[in-house]
Amino acid sequence: MKLLIVDDSLIMRRAIERCVAGDKFTEIRVAVNGREAVEEFERFKPDVVTMDITMPEMDGLDAVARILRKNPGAVILIVSALADKSTAVEAIKRGAAGFLLKPISIESITEALDDILSD
Amino acid sequence: MEEYILKVFSKSTLRYFDAVAGGGAALGTPYLGGETESAGLGFSAVIGISGTYRGNIYYTASREKLFTLLPVLGESKPDEMLCAELVGEITNTISGNAREQLGGGFMISPPFMLQARPLSVHPVRNVPLYVIPITWRQHASRLLIALSKEPDAAEEPARPSA
Repeated sequence: MKLLIVDDSLIMRRAIERCVAGDKFTEIRVAVNGREAVEEFERFKPDVVTMDITMPEMDGLDAVARILRKNPGAVILIVSALADKSTAVEAIKRGAAGFLLKPISIESITEALDDILSD
Repeated sequence: MEEYILKVFSKSTLRYFDAVAGGGAALGTPYLGGETESAGLGFSAVIGISGTYRGNIYYTASREKLFTLLPVLGESKPDEMLCAELVGEITNTISGNAREQLGGGFMISPPFMLQARPLSVHPVRNVPLYVIPITWRQHASRLLIALSKEPDAAEEPARPSA
Protein backbone atom coordinates (compact mmCIF):
# COMPACT_ATOMS: atom_id res chain seq x y z
CA MET A 1 0.00 0.00 0.00
CA LYS A 2 1.05 3.59 -0.60
CA LEU A 3 1.09 6.31 2.10
CA LEU A 4 1.47 10.06 1.61
CA ILE A 5 2.56 11.96 4.75
CA VAL A 6 1.75 15.68 4.68
CA ASP A 7 3.23 17.86 7.43
CA ASP A 8 5.42 20.95 7.48
CA SER A 9 7.31 19.51 10.46
CA LEU A 10 10.27 17.27 9.64
CA ILE A 11 9.99 15.83 13.16
CA MET A 12 6.40 14.75 12.51
CA ARG A 13 7.07 13.37 9.02
CA ARG A 14 9.89 11.24 10.38
CA ALA A 15 7.86 10.19 13.44
CA ILE A 16 4.93 8.97 11.35
CA GLU A 17 7.30 7.20 8.95
CA ARG A 18 8.96 5.42 11.90
CA CYS A 19 5.56 4.50 13.38
CA VAL A 20 4.40 2.74 10.22
CA ALA A 21 7.80 1.26 9.26
CA GLY A 22 7.54 -2.45 8.60
CA ASP A 23 3.77 -2.16 8.53
CA LYS A 24 1.61 -2.59 5.46
CA PHE A 25 3.02 0.42 3.60
CA THR A 26 5.52 -0.49 0.90
CA GLU A 27 5.86 3.01 -0.53
CA ILE A 28 5.86 6.27 1.42
CA ARG A 29 6.18 9.80 0.09
CA VAL A 30 6.01 13.17 1.85
CA ALA A 31 4.71 16.68 1.19
CA VAL A 32 5.41 19.76 3.29
CA ASN A 33 2.26 21.82 2.67
CA GLY A 34 -1.23 21.54 1.25
CA ARG A 35 -0.28 22.67 -2.24
CA GLU A 36 2.44 20.03 -2.50
CA ALA A 37 0.00 17.47 -1.11
CA VAL A 38 -2.54 18.14 -3.87
CA GLU A 39 0.17 17.85 -6.54
CA GLU A 40 1.78 14.77 -5.02
CA PHE A 41 -1.57 13.05 -4.62
CA GLU A 42 -2.17 13.26 -8.37
CA ARG A 43 1.28 11.85 -9.17
CA PHE A 44 1.47 9.21 -6.43
CA LYS A 45 -2.19 8.13 -6.03
CA PRO A 46 -1.70 6.92 -2.46
CA ASP A 47 -4.04 4.51 -0.70
CA VAL A 48 -4.08 6.75 2.34
CA VAL A 49 -2.90 10.24 3.35
CA THR A 50 -1.97 11.64 6.77
CA MET A 51 -2.64 15.38 6.67
CA ASP A 52 -1.57 18.15 9.06
CA ILE A 53 -3.77 21.28 9.13
CA THR A 54 -1.61 24.26 10.09
CA MET A 55 0.86 24.56 7.22
CA PRO A 56 2.22 27.39 5.07
CA GLU A 57 0.97 28.10 1.51
CA MET A 58 -2.16 25.94 1.74
CA ASP A 59 -3.61 24.48 4.93
CA GLY A 60 -4.64 20.87 5.34
CA LEU A 61 -8.39 21.49 5.27
CA ASP A 62 -8.17 23.20 1.89
CA ALA A 63 -5.95 20.40 0.62
CA VAL A 64 -8.49 17.78 1.80
CA ALA A 65 -11.27 19.56 -0.08
CA ARG A 66 -9.19 19.90 -3.27
CA ILE A 67 -8.00 16.30 -3.23
CA LEU A 68 -11.51 14.94 -2.63
CA ARG A 69 -13.02 17.13 -5.35
CA LYS A 70 -10.95 15.28 -7.96
CA ASN A 71 -10.63 11.98 -6.07
CA PRO A 72 -13.85 11.29 -4.13
CA GLY A 73 -12.52 7.95 -2.90
CA ALA A 74 -9.37 9.39 -1.30
CA VAL A 75 -8.78 8.22 2.26
CA ILE A 76 -7.36 11.02 4.42
CA LEU A 77 -6.50 10.98 8.12
CA ILE A 78 -6.07 14.40 9.70
CA VAL A 79 -3.15 14.49 12.18
CA SER A 80 -3.23 17.86 13.89
CA ALA A 81 -2.52 19.62 17.18
CA LEU A 82 -5.70 21.70 16.86
CA ALA A 83 -7.70 20.32 19.76
CA ASP A 84 -11.02 22.18 19.47
CA LYS A 85 -14.09 20.24 18.42
CA SER A 86 -15.00 22.69 15.65
CA THR A 87 -11.82 21.84 13.72
CA ALA A 88 -12.44 18.10 13.92
CA VAL A 89 -16.05 18.61 12.82
CA GLU A 90 -14.92 20.83 9.93
CA ALA A 91 -12.36 18.22 8.83
CA ILE A 92 -14.97 15.46 8.76
CA LYS A 93 -17.42 17.77 6.93
CA ARG A 94 -14.80 18.31 4.25
CA GLY A 95 -14.47 14.57 3.80
CA ALA A 96 -11.58 13.46 6.02
CA ALA A 97 -11.96 9.85 7.12
CA GLY A 98 -10.61 10.46 10.61
CA PHE A 99 -8.96 12.89 13.01
CA LEU A 100 -5.97 12.13 15.23
CA LEU A 101 -4.79 14.66 17.79
CA LYS A 102 -1.08 15.40 18.23
CA PRO A 103 1.04 14.51 20.09
CA ILE A 104 0.82 11.02 18.63
CA SER A 105 2.13 7.64 19.72
CA ILE A 106 3.01 4.61 17.61
CA GLU A 107 -0.15 2.91 18.85
CA SER A 108 -2.44 5.84 18.10
CA ILE A 109 -1.26 6.36 14.51
CA THR A 110 -1.28 2.68 13.58
CA GLU A 111 -4.71 2.17 15.17
CA ALA A 112 -6.12 5.24 13.42
CA LEU A 113 -4.75 4.11 10.04
CA ASP A 114 -6.08 0.58 10.59
CA ASP A 115 -9.50 2.01 11.50
CA ILE A 116 -9.91 4.19 8.43
CA LEU A 117 -8.56 1.51 6.09
CA SER A 118 -10.99 -1.08 7.44
CA ASP A 119 -14.02 1.15 6.87
CA MET B 1 -7.72 36.28 32.11
CA GLU B 2 -3.99 35.75 32.77
CA GLU B 3 -4.57 33.02 35.35
CA TYR B 4 -6.86 31.13 32.96
CA ILE B 5 -4.39 31.39 30.09
CA LEU B 6 -1.55 30.18 32.27
CA LYS B 7 -3.62 27.18 33.38
CA VAL B 8 -4.49 26.33 29.79
CA PHE B 9 -0.87 26.44 28.63
CA SER B 10 0.41 24.63 31.71
CA LYS B 11 -2.01 21.78 31.01
CA SER B 12 -1.06 21.72 27.34
CA THR B 13 2.67 21.67 28.15
CA LEU B 14 2.35 18.81 30.63
CA ARG B 15 0.21 16.88 28.14
CA TYR B 16 2.98 17.16 25.54
CA PHE B 17 5.69 15.78 27.82
CA ASP B 18 3.34 13.10 29.19
CA ALA B 19 2.59 11.91 25.67
CA VAL B 20 6.02 12.02 24.06
CA ALA B 21 8.40 11.58 26.97
CA GLY B 22 6.40 9.53 29.44
CA GLY B 23 5.94 12.50 31.74
CA GLY B 24 8.57 13.80 34.10
CA ALA B 25 8.15 17.46 33.23
CA ALA B 26 7.80 19.91 36.11
CA LEU B 27 6.53 23.45 35.74
CA GLY B 28 7.95 26.27 37.84
CA THR B 29 6.03 29.27 39.08
CA PRO B 30 5.15 31.51 36.14
CA TYR B 31 6.63 34.99 36.23
CA LEU B 32 6.40 38.23 34.32
CA GLY B 33 9.28 38.42 31.87
CA GLY B 34 10.91 41.36 30.17
CA GLU B 35 13.20 41.98 27.26
CA THR B 36 15.92 39.93 28.97
CA GLU B 37 13.97 36.87 27.86
CA SER B 38 15.00 37.74 24.30
CA ALA B 39 18.26 35.87 24.74
CA GLY B 40 16.48 32.53 24.67
CA LEU B 41 18.21 29.25 25.51
CA GLY B 42 19.73 28.44 22.13
CA PHE B 43 16.87 27.02 20.06
CA SER B 44 13.56 28.86 19.93
CA ALA B 45 10.35 29.00 17.93
CA VAL B 46 7.55 31.53 17.77
CA ILE B 47 3.93 31.16 16.72
CA GLY B 48 1.74 34.13 15.85
CA ILE B 49 -1.73 34.21 17.36
CA SER B 50 -4.76 35.90 15.78
CA GLY B 51 -8.53 35.68 15.98
CA THR B 52 -10.05 35.92 19.44
CA TYR B 53 -6.57 36.53 20.87
CA ARG B 54 -3.60 38.40 19.50
CA GLY B 55 0.08 37.97 20.27
CA ASN B 56 2.80 35.35 20.25
CA ILE B 57 3.71 32.07 21.88
CA TYR B 58 7.42 31.25 22.18
CA TYR B 59 9.21 28.10 23.26
CA THR B 60 12.92 28.08 23.92
CA ALA B 61 15.20 25.20 24.96
CA SER B 62 18.87 24.39 25.22
CA ARG B 63 20.78 22.16 22.82
CA GLU B 64 21.45 19.77 25.72
CA LYS B 65 17.76 19.37 26.48
CA LEU B 66 16.86 18.80 22.84
CA PHE B 67 19.72 16.32 22.36
CA THR B 68 18.28 14.39 25.32
CA LEU B 69 14.67 14.59 24.13
CA LEU B 70 15.24 13.68 20.47
CA PRO B 71 16.32 10.07 21.15
CA VAL B 72 13.23 9.65 23.36
CA LEU B 73 11.21 10.56 20.26
CA GLY B 74 13.05 7.95 18.23
CA GLU B 75 15.68 10.19 16.65
CA SER B 76 18.87 8.24 17.24
CA LYS B 77 21.17 10.82 15.66
CA PRO B 78 20.25 14.27 17.00
CA ASP B 79 21.64 17.25 15.16
CA GLU B 80 21.15 21.01 15.02
CA MET B 81 18.51 20.85 12.29
CA LEU B 82 16.40 18.38 14.26
CA CYS B 83 16.74 20.59 17.36
CA ALA B 84 15.33 23.54 15.41
CA GLU B 85 12.52 21.39 14.01
CA LEU B 86 11.68 20.03 17.45
CA VAL B 87 11.22 23.41 19.13
CA GLY B 88 8.90 24.32 16.24
CA GLU B 89 6.85 21.17 16.69
CA ILE B 90 6.66 21.60 20.48
CA THR B 91 5.46 25.20 20.10
CA ASN B 92 2.91 24.13 17.50
CA THR B 93 1.57 21.21 19.54
CA ILE B 94 1.30 23.13 22.82
CA SER B 95 -0.40 26.08 21.09
CA GLY B 96 -2.73 23.89 19.02
CA ASN B 97 -3.76 21.81 22.02
CA ALA B 98 -4.64 25.02 23.87
CA ARG B 99 -7.59 25.40 21.47
CA GLU B 100 -9.37 22.69 23.43
CA GLN B 101 -10.09 25.36 26.05
CA LEU B 102 -9.62 28.56 24.02
CA GLY B 103 -11.79 27.48 21.09
CA GLY B 104 -11.42 27.55 17.33
CA GLY B 105 -11.09 31.33 17.36
CA PHE B 106 -7.61 30.96 18.83
CA MET B 107 -5.85 30.90 15.48
CA ILE B 108 -2.21 29.84 15.21
CA SER B 109 0.35 30.41 12.49
CA PRO B 110 2.92 27.83 11.44
CA PRO B 111 5.98 28.04 13.71
CA PHE B 112 8.97 30.19 12.84
CA MET B 113 12.18 28.70 14.11
CA LEU B 114 15.13 30.67 15.48
CA GLN B 115 18.47 28.96 15.94
CA ALA B 116 21.17 30.82 17.82
CA ARG B 117 19.22 34.01 17.28
CA PRO B 118 17.46 36.19 19.83
CA LEU B 119 13.73 35.82 20.30
CA SER B 120 13.18 39.55 19.80
CA VAL B 121 10.59 39.66 22.54
CA HIS B 122 9.24 43.17 22.73
CA PRO B 123 6.47 44.44 24.96
CA VAL B 124 3.42 44.92 22.73
CA ARG B 125 0.54 47.27 23.52
CA ASN B 126 1.03 46.77 27.26
CA VAL B 127 0.55 43.04 26.84
CA PRO B 128 2.28 41.21 29.70
CA LEU B 129 4.85 38.54 28.84
CA TYR B 130 4.39 35.50 31.04
CA VAL B 131 7.10 32.89 31.33
CA ILE B 132 6.42 29.29 32.37
CA PRO B 133 9.67 27.56 33.37
CA ILE B 134 9.77 23.86 32.44
CA THR B 135 12.19 21.30 33.82
CA TRP B 136 12.52 17.87 32.25
CA ARG B 137 15.32 15.51 33.25
CA GLN B 138 17.07 18.45 34.92
CA HIS B 139 17.09 20.43 31.66
CA ALA B 140 15.43 23.83 31.60
CA SER B 141 13.22 25.24 28.89
CA ARG B 142 10.65 28.02 28.85
CA LEU B 143 7.26 28.74 27.37
CA LEU B 144 6.62 32.45 26.83
CA ILE B 145 3.11 33.77 26.42
CA ALA B 146 2.24 37.28 25.24
CA LEU B 147 -1.48 37.40 24.53
CA SER B 148 -4.29 39.92 24.62
CA LYS B 149 -7.94 39.11 24.10
CA GLU B 150 -9.58 40.84 21.17
CA PRO B 151 -12.72 42.44 22.56
CA ASP B 152 -14.65 42.43 19.30
CA ALA B 153 -13.54 39.06 17.96
CA ALA B 154 -16.05 36.30 17.41
CA GLU B 155 -15.66 33.43 19.86
CA GLU B 156 -15.74 30.56 17.38
CA PRO B 157 -14.73 31.29 13.78
CA ALA B 158 -15.65 28.41 11.54
CA ARG B 159 -12.15 27.30 10.67
CA PRO B 160 -8.53 27.41 11.77
CA SER B 161 -5.75 29.56 10.42
CA ALA B 162 -3.59 28.45 7.53
